[in-house]
Amino acid sequence: MVDLTKNYFELFELPVSCQVDQQYLSSQYRALQRAVHPDRFAGDDARQQRLSVQYAAHVNEAFNTLKQPLPRAMYLLKLAGRDVDMERNTIMDPEFLMEQMALRESVSAIRSTANPEQAIERLAGQADADIYQYLQQFEGFWLAGTEQDLEQAETVVRKMQFMVKLATELDQLESDFLDD
Amino acid sequence: MALLQISEPGQAPEPHQYKRAVGIDLGTTNSLVAAVRSGAAETFPDIDGNHTLPSVVHYGAQGIDVGSNAKTRALIDPGNTIISVKRMMGRGLEDVDALGGVLPYQFVANAWGTNEGMPFIKTRRGAVSPVEVSAEILRSLVSRAEETLGGDLDGAVITVPAYFDDAQRQATKDAARLAGLKVYRLLNEPTAAAVAYGLDQEGEGTIAVYDLGGGTFDISILRLEKGVFEVMATGGDTALGGDDFDRIVARWMLREAEVDESSINPLQLREAMVEACRAKEALTVGSEVDVNFGQWRGTLSRGQFNGLADPLIDRTIRAFKRSLRDAGLKASEIDEVVMVGGSTRMPRVRERVEAFSGRQPLTSIDPDRVVAVGAALQANVLAGNKSADDMLLLDVIPLSLGLETMGGLMEKVIHRNTTIPVSRAQEFTTCKDGQTAMVIHVFQGERELIRDNRSLARFELRGIPAMSAGGAKIRVTFQVDADGLLSVAAQELSTGVRSSIQVKPSYGLNDSDISRMLKDSFAHAGDDRDARTLLEQQVEADRVVGALAAALDKDGQTLLGKDEYHALLADVESLKQSRATGDAKAIAREIERIAQSSEEFAARRMNQGIRQALSGQKLDDLKEF
Repeated sequence: MVDLTKNYFELFELPVSCQVDQQYLSSQYRALQRAVHPDRFAGDDARQQRLSVQYAAHVNEAFNTLKQPLPRAMYLLKLAGRDVDMERNTIMDPEFLMEQMALRESVSAIRSTANPEQAIERLAGQADADIYQYLQQFEGFWLAGTEQDLEQAETVVRKMQFMVKLATELDQLESDFLDD
Repeated sequence: MALLQISEPGQAPEPHQYKRAVGIDLGTTNSLVAAVRSGAAETFPDIDGNHTLPSVVHYGAQGIDVGSNAKTRALIDPGNTIISVKRMMGRGLEDVDALGGVLPYQFVANAWGTNEGMPFIKTRRGAVSPVEVSAEILRSLVSRAEETLGGDLDGAVITVPAYFDDAQRQATKDAARLAGLKVYRLLNEPTAAAVAYGLDQEGEGTIAVYDLGGGTFDISILRLEKGVFEVMATGGDTALGGDDFDRIVARWMLREAEVDESSINPLQLREAMVEACRAKEALTVGSEVDVNFGQWRGTLSRGQFNGLADPLIDRTIRAFKRSLRDAGLKASEIDEVVMVGGSTRMPRVRERVEAFSGRQPLTSIDPDRVVAVGAALQANVLAGNKSADDMLLLDVIPLSLGLETMGGLMEKVIHRNTTIPVSRAQEFTTCKDGQTAMVIHVFQGERELIRDNRSLARFELRGIPAMSAGGAKIRVTFQVDADGLLSVAAQELSTGVRSSIQVKPSYGLNDSDISRMLKDSFAHAGDDRDARTLLEQQVEADRVVGALAAALDKDGQTLLGKDEYHALLADVESLKQSRATGDAKAIAREIERIAQSSEEFAARRMNQGIRQALSGQKLDDLKEF
């Protein structure tokens, strides 16, 4: 099965890059799903339906990977031969860890602040800015491409993951507040 | 029982012929069936001209009744008359108890004699599962459709509530299987309603589907973006519907007539409810209506009725607000509001929804039929009767899927709102030396502790090669298909051994239940099980022959070498011959063999489809310049 072994960028006929044209990605995604989605084969035999579920799931996975910056960066590292195991997220940089601890404390203090929604907004803004900055750094290292650069790129991705997690938690916290 | 289509031996049905495809709205109170005929989708009436079939099944001494006949039995023989069976689909006894109200049924233990799983209902015709009851409703709709369309059905799209979990969807699909119906797709009810209004062709927007039925209220917020339907939020009230409006009017009548509610008998109460319902319906067009109860005569004006109805409508608006907040939206961001369910005929409901949403709700399609109509439109596309080029409904999984990990925690494997189909692999290892089996417990829900989520199934992996603890690496793949149904596969990575998986659904039926029910239903239909098995294999053989012949015709010369092409042509011939032998096992073997021999061809065709889809894209892009 040729196309399933292609890398995600090739599947979408996109250049392997840190930057992805979101509009083009979406329109390629819809074209691919139109070709492979099980709905196209609803009346066919069972084997054909299984095959199309596999293809459609693969296309969805590829789309979700390329759409968001963090999975995309991790995937670029994987293509460069570095499979980042996020379960073992060990960062030695003490300065970064201190920063994270401070951020965590601010998050847990949100409930007792006078204006929690404002606090959430401020922290979310900081997370977004940090993520953006990490993306810039990542691109620089990835483009340079030596083993040493990729090592650095991997560290940046790990840091980025911290911030993405924080952003998700803040989202959750915000909707909790709206529910109260 | 629907008989399956048989062609002359050796003459497979033409792959491009018109398919009899229907949409089915399998509702809590009422069900409908619809199909596209001469370009328009329409629901089918029974011989008395009724389009809706009450979702009621009566197990009588003489036989099984479905619909209005069964409904009349509800008062006389409540213990054997099953109503609102949809509420029991894929649910356990504790859920059914939590529905509130005392159900007049006796429940019995499930097939494996424990208190888990779907409860069976005791009737004079034996214990029946909710799946079997639903299958009776489906059979009734299928035979109505077959009479109208003049032949056996090829397949159906069945609608389910957007919030239905895996167990509820699986139970619905099992009911179709028992009824001998091929399911093209389970479609979310609000999505079907949006499709009925052609909103899938609008590009993008936010759609609210307000569904006030006989006994339930559902609100769904959908996001449509370039052909992808995403359910952003769902909410509602499972105990609020048209009946509550009748009750509130009946109470008003009793008050006006100075009759004490506690002093009247059930028959009088029913009389009051019927009169209240009549008054409510009359006020849909009129500004006032005369009402009678016993000796009392009175008048109910639209304004008075609105005053009575408002507290109930308030509850729906509150649920609407909550769902919008869940979706992270403001009322002003809604582009369209679709009205579903007979109770949305009340002018007051429409006024209030319009005032809240700032949009004039879409009401031009009969709100009782709109879901079935949308399902029929989708069935027509899926059957291949209409080009699928401009329609693609991608759904999302409504609740996260996860596994039990140490300490009763839920580890999410597939998150809610992920577009389906989706496939995720997770690796596990053994914790003891020489361990050859492990259990994986799958849950669905959003909470952190598994005990707060719903158990879906236990998977037992066996045949893991014995190694030291942590030595074996088992990759478990979770796949959710386009209907939102989960399947699981496992493989040991170092040896490549495929572990066998035994599935024990928590609220569903296992394979042995289903085969027992199939057997029962054949016995009850005077059908022969072997003949049925043979027919099923022959139908599948026809699908394979039809699909493969058409594929060879279209792409065989370009995608295959000469030898490959002739080998597959020979396979088609040999399957045709084996089909004619009438030996079900031989046909099954031949189908399996050809599935393998044609796999490479199928993959090449998929890949060609991908290339063509993308190059078609490029041409479109060029045209824009």
